[in-house]
Amino acid sequence: MASNTPAPLPAGGSGMGEERRPGSYAQAAPAESYLSSPVGLRSWLLTLDHKRIALLYMLTVMAAFAVGGAMAMVIRAYLLVPKKDMGGADAYNQFFTLHGTIMIFLFVIPGMPGIFGNFVLPLMLGAKDLAFPRLNLLSWYLYVAGSLLAVLSIAVGGVDTGWTFYTPYSTTTAMTGVVPMVLGAFIIGMSSILTGVNFIATIHMLRPPQMTWFKMPLFLWAIYATSLIQVLATPVLGITLLLLTVERVFGIGIFDSRLGGDPVLFQHFFWFYSHPAVYIMILPAMGVISELISVFSRKHIFGYHFIAYSSVAIALVGFLVWGHHMFTSGQSKFLGMLFSLLSFAVAIPSAVKTFNWLATLYKGSIGLQTPMCYALSFIFNFGIGGLTGLFLATLPVDIHCHDTYFVVAHFHYVIMGGTVFALLGALHYWWPKMFGRMYDEFWGRIAFFIVFVGFNLTFFPQFILGTKGVPRRTYNYLPEYRFYHTESSIGAFLLGTGLCIVAVYLLHSLFRGRRAPANPWGAATLEWQCPSPPPTHNFERPPPVGDPYDFSGLEYDRASGGFVMKAAENRATDEHR
Amino acid sequence: MTSDKGQMTKDHPPFLAHQFDTPEQQFRAGKLGMWLFLCTEILMFSGLFCAYAVYRHNHPEVFVRAAEFLNWKLGALNTVVLICSSLTMAWAVHSAHCNQQRRLKVMLGLTLFLAFGFLGVKAIEYHDKWKHHLLPGVRFKPELDHAASSTGVSPVPPAGETSGDRQPISKLPEIGVSPRWPAQPRKDGEGQAAQKAGPWNGPAPGKVPEGLAEFAPRHAPGPAKLPSYTHIFFGIYFVMTGLHGLHVLAGMVVICWLLSRARRGDFSSAYYAPVDLVGLYWHFVDIVWIYLFPLLYLVR
Repeated sequence: MASNTPAPLPAGGSGMGEERRPGSYAQAAPAESYLSSPVGLRSWLLTLDHKRIALLYMLTVMAAFAVGGAMAMVIRAYLLVPKKDMGGADAYNQFFTLHGTIMIFLFVIPGMPGIFGNFVLPLMLGAKDLAFPRLNLLSWYLYVAGSLLAVLSIAVGGVDTGWTFYTPYSTTTAMTGVVPMVLGAFIIGMSSILTGVNFIATIHMLRPPQMTWFKMPLFLWAIYATSLIQVLATPVLGITLLLLTVERVFGIGIFDSRLGGDPVLFQHFFWFYSHPAVYIMILPAMGVISELISVFSRKHIFGYHFIAYSSVAIALVGFLVWGHHMFTSGQSKFLGMLFSLLSFAVAIPSAVKTFNWLATLYKGSIGLQTPMCYALSFIFNFGIGGLTGLFLATLPVDIHCHDTYFVVAHFHYVIMGGTVFALLGALHYWWPKMFGRMYDEFWGRIAFFIVFVGFNLTFFPQFILGTKGVPRRTYNYLPEYRFYHTESSIGAFLLGTGLCIVAVYLLHSLFRGRRAPANPWGAATLEWQCPSPPPTHNFERPPPVGDPYDFSGLEYDRASGGFVMKAAENRATDEHR
Repeated sequence: MTSDKGQMTKDHPPFLAHQFDTPEQQFRAGKLGMWLFLCTEILMFSGLFCAYAVYRHNHPEVFVRAAEFLNWKLGALNTVVLICSSLTMAWAVHSAHCNQQRRLKVMLGLTLFLAFGFLGVKAIEYHDKWKHHLLPGVRFKPELDHAASSTGVSPVPPAGETSGDRQPISKLPEIGVSPRWPAQPRKDGEGQAAQKAGPWNGPAPGKVPEGLAEFAPRHAPGPAKLPSYTHIFFGIYFVMTGLHGLHVLAGMVVICWLLSRARRGDFSSAYYAPVDLVGLYWHFVDIVWIYLFPLLYLVR
């Protein structure tokens, strides 16, 4: 029953009409949502609700980000000034191994699909849940188990092989943390596979009848392409890590040249997965950017079909380029040329997307809210990162730049400047939907600025260091490179500070943020047709399907502080009844 | 349509999950999911098949000779056993589809029994390998006089072949770590010596690189000689059949679960999706073996 005075505390079940009364949205109590019911730790740990599982992923993935980030700070502290003494190399090697493994296997690969894929995918389809909710929960538990096992490696002897675990060092080193870390990554791989299976089945089977493939939001195309890679590439990582373990434990000799094996075979197996893996990292990010650019330009996305096809093209062609990580491994020159050519080819779909985004911005009505800030900077960062990838794909340049800081700068520009920025954009974009609260826009932009400056300050000097030939994975350097390294370290500390600020105001918004309307940004995709935060079953009845980028049917409603369907207030309130 | 439960309504049968609109949609989604999962399994095994292809191409003589240690008759028996278990599994799916409860349970039980038989034969084979030290990698110490093979005769190099690069492998060079976990630290000096040899193609005929003195042919009358790197074959053999065996075991666990659900009366012609999907998995396990058998046992 709606009362005339807004309830001061969430009372649950107090009626959903209150948030739409004039001036009352700041104080209105939320209705029952997936957050408030059912209660209890067990209901969270045994949940089958995709939204709750998404939050479980968020908790653990962000914890991994924090640990990996701490490792990064340690690395940059090491490299702040060149050292006179030669101590600390072994520890340094363990730090960069941990940083790489945690960031890649525990943060970036599971992060976007696990958090945003899980939360948003069924909502964008107007569905009640994913196709296989129990498999979804199993995926999360496998992720947690694998992560714990991988981190346990610190306690049982440590690993200093680098996240690439190249043989023969990884099979013969006395550092005993290799097996738990590798098996941990194997288990996380199983989680990734099951998530991919779940998403593909959901997109095929649970689309509403009117939502044909080309009426899907581009974020779903991106998730679909990501899931294809997860399903096809991750098993190869699985068998590679298994063979590595068996080699270490039983000494079968498959990667040991003294026993007739071939260490370079490991590299082929490893990169056959790990190159497509980077597309697992970037494709969901690009999907998010497509959404953000369109919504915050109030303009239909340009070249929808091209962007959709390019996602699948990246997924498929991405399987053909793994050899560009191995130009200096002794593989044949012909093979090197072939991989170089294919690597140039795989850049084309990414460029197609970038130009389509720019065309979308053209003559759009651009709003610089925090998600859009991250989206725009994504285009800048990913442009730099992607183009420097082409430099590395050029054979003679790679001979000079392989294993230097140039490579480090390149992949941090695409993964951090690309994926992590997109993840932050997605976090701010869907935060109101997930928690029913608006974050503070002022602090959002301040933090964005610090993060952007910090990030570029950290990694741009590393391009220069790389061209000068400074090798990566070394704990010390010659004094003549001091300026760039110090600059880079200062940038890293700034970046860390910015990210901490993000965490602070986001957490603060959970308690004190303005209550969010159903559609604060005026987007036309279906997840904004349910309340913020949604009830457990998402929609009372399936929402009407239209063009996901047609904003003409929406208008801003001052009373609720968000957007509603035009001239059809009745239609909007249907979902609230 | 009726079911054992008797409380199925046309609108929302009890087995229908809330995110699906119709049982057909649920069944089709399950099928798609299972096929996707099987694709991932195929890709995982294909890594091993790739390794097999690489090493067989590089060391064909190893594969021909080492395969003589495998008893192809036992392998063929296993193949027949597994094919029969696929038959009984398919029959079980058909029984569920036709609502034949008793036949369903009998067929599931038979499948389990045959799978158990498969693992039993594999256990006999593994035990035989263990007895003759035909183990992968550094544990490879074949005792050829007693090695069981299908013909009961120790493998002897065909007439006309020189001993060239074929030396008895009595002891492999110590790699930096003993094949145990946690690994033992590398002993000083050994790693260096072994690394210098760097044999990508094995020691040169007649010439023993320094540090590999233990590879030099012994003069004592010894058993028939094997090609060096024969242990590679056994490494591949154990990993492939071992991984396959683990999948058979996992399949048996799942079939037990199906059996317990069948005894509870969960399945009917309206709802037999789990049986169908596990059947798909079981056929996949069978197919992998059908590829493994000729590649490992019938190398000639």
